[in-house]
Amino acid sequence: MPATNHKLTTAEMARFVADGFLRFDALIPDAINQHIIAELAPLESNKINQIFALPADAGGPPQPASLTPLSQCYPAPSLLGAMLNLPAVQGIIESLVGPDPLFDHDFVHRLPAGSTYHQHLHVDAVVDSPDPTFDIQLFYFPQDVAPGAGGTRFVPATHLRRTRAEGVGRYQHLLGEQQFSGVAGTLLVFHHGLWHAGQPNPSAVDRWMYKIRLNPSVSQVRRWDMEDFDRMHNDASDHTFALMRHDSVAQILRTMQPWQMGHESRYEQMQRARLWRYLSDDPGFDVDYYHTRIEQRARFAREQH
Amino acid sequence: MPLRQQILYLWLAEGALDNATVGWAFHDGTSGKGPRLPEAEPPYPTGLAALEEGWFLIQSPAPFALLPGAEHEVSYLANEFVFERRVEV
Repeated sequence: MPATNHKLTTAEMARFVADGFLRFDALIPDAINQHIIAELAPLESNKINQIFALPADAGGPPQPASLTPLSQCYPAPSLLGAMLNLPAVQGIIESLVGPDPLFDHDFVHRLPAGSTYHQHLHVDAVVDSPDPTFDIQLFYFPQDVAPGAGGTRFVPATHLRRTRAEGVGRYQHLLGEQQFSGVAGTLLVFHHGLWHAGQPNPSAVDRWMYKIRLNPSVSQVRRWDMEDFDRMHNDASDHTFALMRHDSVAQILRTMQPWQMGHESRYEQMQRARLWRYLSDDPGFDVDYYHTRIEQRARFAREQH
Repeated sequence: MPLRQQILYLWLAEGALDNATVGWAFHDGTSGKGPRLPEAEPPYPTGLAALEEGWFLIQSPAPFALLPGAEHEVSYLANEFVFERRVEV
């Protein structure tokens, strides 16, 4: 549950860093959910038509161009604009990518009833830069999605793996994977690197989902609600094999998914610590001392030369 | 009777064949005429358990050289074991 100012808490931010996604059930009110498909339908037609160089004349709101500030996308009376401007949605967006991010692209993902379309797991776009900055993708489900009825499949905590989109399709099943089901108005917020896939929709109901990718236009450092930050943000001595805390950011970042067994988890922790260093602006942050011992010795080596 | 391959990928938690299965994929060259996988998830708890059920190991991952500067990166799942079963159809 975000803070009263609608921004994410430190604990929520740490969970995003660990899992690569956050889920907010029934966040969008029914006043929007019940009418937005009338806006999504022409948007879907226009988007598909413009890809095939056909007239994008189905009506609906004007489509934003990439690099447009979000505040200028979908002006009133657009319901999409109303959804994106909800204080609860703005608080989540600002916490993760700062105020007024840039529109990257969006798409309407409609799975007709009975669809057998089955996507392999993939990462969107191309393999990303090695720096810790990130985009977010909002997945908005305006209608109830029953279990198995075409909800997006995704694998928590895959977001920090540096892979090419086509390279992860070989993984048919991973322990801990999820397929979305939930109530109308639910929002999933993904780190851009999270592995996901569209699924068949054997139900009798079309599955609608609106996805939008947002790029930060400012630094992503300390944009969330900082009320609990000092209590939770640990120093580099928080170490499972020495003295550890159970109420710290490090403890959240230690939480692994079922597919992350064994020693592999140590490298995941290092990558999560690296991302938290960026977000918290603390280059000395660590989880279980993996970075710190190496960096200390590296300083000695540099001092000798 | 013609032979067809069934291929099973298991991704294990670490590099030993008796480590726990964390991921799997199945490709059936018999088009459903051959034996199916167990319904449990994962179908076999370890690579060794797959051997005990009649699968033949055809690829085992070798340790790989670490690239300087990228020793701590995470990428594709490293512990990929490939098995086959030949089935008369």
